[in-house]
Amino acid sequence: MTKLECKEIFEQLSEYLDRQLPADLCDQIDAHIEACPPCVRFVESLRKTMELCKDLKEEEKPAPLPDQAISDLRLAYQKFSRERNAEKGVLKNGREA
Amino acid sequence: MSGDDDGVKSLQRDSAALPATNREVELARRLMAGDESAFEPFVSAFRTKLFQYTYLTCGQREDAEEVAQETLLKVFENLAQLREPEKIRPWVFRIARNVCYMKRRKSIYAPEEEISLDRLMPSFKDDGGGRRIEIADWKGLPDTLAMKSELRRMLREAIGDLPDLYRSTLLLRDVEELSTDEAAEVLGVSADVVKTRLHRARLMLRQRLDAQLLAGVMP
Repeated sequence: MTKLECKEIFEQLSEYLDRQLPADLCDQIDAHIEACPPCVRFVESLRKTMELCKDLKEEEKPAPLPDQAISDLRLAYQKFSRERNAEKGVLKNGREA
Repeated sequence: MSGDDDGVKSLQRDSAALPATNREVELARRLMAGDESAFEPFVSAFRTKLFQYTYLTCGQREDAEEVAQETLLKVFENLAQLREPEKIRPWVFRIARNVCYMKRRKSIYAPEEEISLDRLMPSFKDDGGGRRIEIADWKGLPDTLAMKSELRRMLREAIGDLPDLYRSTLLLRDVEELSTDEAAEVLGVSADVVKTRLHRARLMLRQRLDAQLLAGVMP
């Protein structure tokens, strides 16, 4: 196995692990890795890095939203809703006229 | 296949990043139609996600709380601009990213240097007994962070140290699990750029964890 081949594998590993490569290219990478223990170790370390990242988001929860914040958000939504209804009313009236 | 591997196929992810969940899209659709009963579930669905994303981006819990709240306010104030409810996730995260940058008073357009792949490739040695790769032994490292607070702290710190160009891509794809296209939409770049930056971000993070393992400081 030449170093160049390992480097070519290296360049495409993320897409390989995300299953975003064409099947034939995936097969070529599989074949390389099967015969290349250093690549197996490297791919495993990269896969583990990705798994740990995925797990990170479960960590922290925000504090409950203060009542005032909920009220501000609801007011903003209600404003949007009123304006949307007004727009619809204008369009409807326009069509009826 | 090497004896120390469970199978090449098993190294690949079980699934590519999922598109925006149907529930989030449905809530967005109901909100846009004026259904106020979707308000609370929508806030609840997005607030935790936004907090986690902004915590890792801003680095401070208080800032993250504030940014998540401000983002939601902007979401409701600008809801009329969302044309396709299917795009709710990238749209919301794009707003969060902008709010984050305003908070940090840093331009999202600040150019940063792309890092060469060569700098992230491990070194190979041939000592006569076959080629060896100079990386740590990752076998002892778990796939999950459960009960591993020190590992979690290190990972968070390593992500925080990534150049923003890479950190933002990694957070959207690997932590929030947006698809490549969704991340591209949030970041305002092409899908190919997302793929390139994601790969470098993962390699940088891997390199950092590897150095910790080699130094024997990893829990």
